[in-house]
Amino acid sequence: MSAELSTNTETAVTVSRPPHPLTEFWYHFKQNKGALGGLVVIALIALIAIFAGVVAPHDPDIQYRDAILTPPVWQEGGSWSYILGTDDIGRDMLSRLMYGARLSMMIGLIVVTLSLAVGLGLGLVAGFFGGMADVLIMRAMDILLALPSLLLAVVVAAILGPGLVNAMLAVSVVVIPHYARLTRAAVLAEVNKDYVVASRVAGAGPLRLMLIVVLPNCVAPLIVQATLGFSTAILDAAALGFLGLGAQPPTPEWGTMLASSLQFLQRAPWVVTWPGIAILVTVLAFNLLGDGLRDALDPKLKR
Amino acid sequence: MLRFILTRVSLVIPTFLGITFLTFILIRLVPGDPIEVRTGERGIAPERLAELRHEMGLDRPLWHQFLDYVGNVLHGDFGLSLITHNSVLSEFLTLFPATLELALCAMLFATLVGLPAGILAAVKRGSLFDHGVMGASLTGYSMPIFWWGLLLILFFSVGLGWTPVSGRLDLVYYVEPDTGFMLIDTLKAGDYEAFRSALGHLVLPTIVLGTVPLAVVARMTRSAMLEVLGEDYIRTARAKGLASGRVIGMHALRNALIPVVTVIGLQVGTLLGGAILTETIFSWPGVGKWLIESINRRDYPALQGGVLLIATSVILVNLLVDVLYGVLNPRIRHAR
Repeated sequence: MSAELSTNTETAVTVSRPPHPLTEFWYHFKQNKGALGGLVVIALIALIAIFAGVVAPHDPDIQYRDAILTPPVWQEGGSWSYILGTDDIGRDMLSRLMYGARLSMMIGLIVVTLSLAVGLGLGLVAGFFGGMADVLIMRAMDILLALPSLLLAVVVAAILGPGLVNAMLAVSVVVIPHYARLTRAAVLAEVNKDYVVASRVAGAGPLRLMLIVVLPNCVAPLIVQATLGFSTAILDAAALGFLGLGAQPPTPEWGTMLASSLQFLQRAPWVVTWPGIAILVTVLAFNLLGDGLRDALDPKLKR
Repeated sequence: MLRFILTRVSLVIPTFLGITFLTFILIRLVPGDPIEVRTGERGIAPERLAELRHEMGLDRPLWHQFLDYVGNVLHGDFGLSLITHNSVLSEFLTLFPATLELALCAMLFATLVGLPAGILAAVKRGSLFDHGVMGASLTGYSMPIFWWGLLLILFFSVGLGWTPVSGRLDLVYYVEPDTGFMLIDTLKAGDYEAFRSALGHLVLPTIVLGTVPLAVVARMTRSAMLEVLGEDYIRTARAKGLASGRVIGMHALRNALIPVVTVIGLQVGTLLGGAILTETIFSWPGVGKWLIESINRRDYPALQGGVLLIATSVILVNLLVDVLYGVLNPRIRHAR
């Protein structure tokens, strides 16, 4: 049995080369229907966000005074010119949602980039140099983690003053510890392996060791975390918007849209329903994608 | 054992000091002066301004102010609210039971629903039920809870009229506050009508606040159970002919509970953060709503004290979970 098996693998090796890591990754990733669905939805939302100016039927800020609180097209009194209805001052919901997608994707991108960059740097330094730097950095991260994330974001936003940029900063600060801890853990796992020691012996400087030797082998968990970070960023920024600490009206940010039409909840439920659905679908898509990435990138689960 | 507990407790002290420093410094970053906020647009005579600044210690160097602040905090003095002039600590303590009651109910809800759902999903792996639980928990995890609360209000309170829209108790009832927990206070007073009213007011906020923890608990339980169910001792238990229910309940669940308990402990932060949104939606008179109001009124001592107190409670709960975990699991106690 074993002899048979070994001859089989030998012939297999001579016939085909091992698959490219990306091919292998894609093979595992596409098994997960949920993750594929998430990817498709994200691609769609990203396209809408990029081409909002082209696909949106109306200007998101124009108030159609004769069409205030028009219901969606399938309800009585709805009209095809405002497919998802209009809000309390006659702005087209669909167009606002599309421009809102632009904001949400941008929020996700900026928050993840910022927090990833800072967290990665801190984690690398902490894991690599150890000692005092490690203690100081990780203690600081523990302090940030001890505060409930939304509370911290609320406080930072309250202090910086309400606004979209400040909300993004606030949410970024909150998620930095996650990246720092992940990076540090990954670096600690790698730093004593033979290939790193070999590079060090060959005379590689600390920067080269950090960024070129070790970092590429720590990327997998960071990719997963960054994907999931999009959903946290979008959710928290929307929550800040809802509390009046994020983007300010008339910005078509989804959370802000929700908050500013609260008093029409009973009379015109759609003004509240659509932004919420938009948030939910986007966040869900990123979570599905993140889960799928984790399964595909984690060698322990590959079998 | 004592050594283990002492180590854990001593590790908390720098975190606490760090939080104190953070809240102290954050408030100093606020543009504008608390006195300006107080006086409003009318302005104030420069001599009076200097006098007030001196009274409030604002003219001393920053490090001195910080030391003063730490000293005051350790004596339980979190300052006075700029608006109501009450002590921040007493305001916090009157409101905290409302938040605590809500958070406990939410945690209870999350555990009571999430645990069985996770167990069943793991046992019936790959079934329709499993997919349903996983889908629902991922949706719950992705839910913007402020919107979820509005939907529930729209459906159950406005549409069906089953539950009240906001607050903790109907205005027709008055119960002398004692423990601060409405459910207990009403029962103590023997007022069952009021108890029902309090319960009715709790239902929707509990569901809203419990949604994310519920999703987390269900997912964690499922994956922990799946891991345990693959172990050899489970096969042994099955092989010696134990009933399936006994294998799952006695052998698998007990071992799967360890990570689940940890996750439940870690949800405290999520709960207190989520309370800000939930309380705002339901006008629940707790510390979350109070914090947002303090921000809107630029009542910085209240904000500062509130954040510090909430953070301290999170740290203490995490410490408690940590210690309990060590007590229950000797492997952790002796790890370091």
